[in-house]
Amino acid sequence: MNETLKYLLIVFGVLGVMMSIAAGLIWVERRLLGLWQDRYGPNRVGPMGVLQPLADVIKILAKEDWVPPFADKPVFMLAPAIIVITVLLSFAVVPFTPGIAVANLNIGLLYFLAMSSLGVYSVALGGWSSGNKYALIGALRASAQMISYEVFMGLSIMGVVMLSGSFNLHEIVEAQKRLWFIVPQFLGFVVFFIAGVAETHRLPFDLPEAESELVAGFHSEYSGMKFGLFFVGEYLGITLISMLITTLFFGGWLGPVLPPVVWFFIKTFFFIGFFILLRAALPRPRYDQLIRTGWKLMLPLALLNIVVTGGVILAAR
Amino acid sequence: MISILKALWTVFVHLFKRKVTVLYPEEKPYIPPRWRGRIILARDPDGGERCVACHLCAIACPVDCISLQATEDEYGRRYPEFFRINFSRCIFCGYCEEACPTYAIQLTTDFEMSEYNRRNLVYEKEDLLISGTGKYPGYNFYKVAGLSIKGKDKGEAENELPPVDVKGLMP
Repeated sequence: MNETLKYLLIVFGVLGVMMSIAAGLIWVERRLLGLWQDRYGPNRVGPMGVLQPLADVIKILAKEDWVPPFADKPVFMLAPAIIVITVLLSFAVVPFTPGIAVANLNIGLLYFLAMSSLGVYSVALGGWSSGNKYALIGALRASAQMISYEVFMGLSIMGVVMLSGSFNLHEIVEAQKRLWFIVPQFLGFVVFFIAGVAETHRLPFDLPEAESELVAGFHSEYSGMKFGLFFVGEYLGITLISMLITTLFFGGWLGPVLPPVVWFFIKTFFFIGFFILLRAALPRPRYDQLIRTGWKLMLPLALLNIVVTGGVILAAR
Repeated sequence: MISILKALWTVFVHLFKRKVTVLYPEEKPYIPPRWRGRIILARDPDGGERCVACHLCAIACPVDCISLQATEDEYGRRYPEFFRINFSRCIFCGYCEEACPTYAIQLTTDFEMSEYNRRNLVYEKEDLLISGTGKYPGYNFYKVAGLSIKGKDKGEAENELPPVDVKGLMP
């Protein structure tokens, strides 16, 4: 009974914390973007504007829940939910501290890759069911981009798996007690990070929703809370990728003095901030440049990383 | 690659730069004196209304937001019976001020005219009249105009010569 209660608490705790982080990131992102553009950003609602997400949520919930008459209604309604569900399911394997993790899965990393692949369905179906050519082009771009970056996202973390000898995220963190994997796996980190940005289709890889070309890409026809769900999914995606970078390359909860949870969130928020900095600083590449970089640069780098890591491990044995 | 990192650093440094935002309600921006803002009706130095209800402002107005009705007092002075400006239509072009022969209608530097109710944007004469002379102190139309009103006949205005006898032969 006590055990069940503990797990329920963890499950709902993780859910609650993730949803509030996703909401809070709206404010964090707007504020940071503002500061980096010599503005202030939202600073009126509540102290420093921290209640801005609340105002946004009230506004977005009060909006009309409109489905365009030319859309494929059931799929149109389903699509935004898929991305939120798949990303939230991925959080199940993230180890926050030695004790706090929803599931200590022995194939945690594979599970994460599987879930992030499923996320493509949301974008593809959302764009397809909208019955709008911009949405369709956005969805096609998103599918191509996410599928091709998925390939070496998986390959880039194989070095980590080889070094720690496990797919279990908990054991991967334990294996970094002596040295964080950022040092031996720097190449893997760079490739994983870029793939992560492309996977969450954040700027500079936001071609699926490129405003200057495609109105709003795959979510052109969405409004109200359905659009809000796509947004929540995007912010959850950023959080997830940041947490995985922390776990895989920066020693997860490991760190001196402060409690493990605090270390974990400090590292996570550092990478979330970096995601936002990327958005503030970099222009969007052309679509062919994106795909060419993926297949001609990132894939060979990921493969090279695997070969070198494997060779070094064999030689050291 | 190097250029990307440089761009990231340049943007990051802006975190510590001075912000260009003017935090408006706390910090008022500089408004130039010739700003075309809220319209007012000015008075003479003596306190009388300057407006002579000539309708030129209403004619000049491109959006027809001014409406007024002329009338006369017992001295023979024209003045508007009502004077109404609909500020929800006004585009603050300033043509009324240019058209006004008596410096009565003037645009000021006030721009904070927000209302919750649209009807409150219709200003009546009481709302428009101010107690001072506005931008042109010391000007009094009836004191310089060659128009005869009760108590001031033709030729009695400032800098005005007595009327010429058009039927006389003398130069």
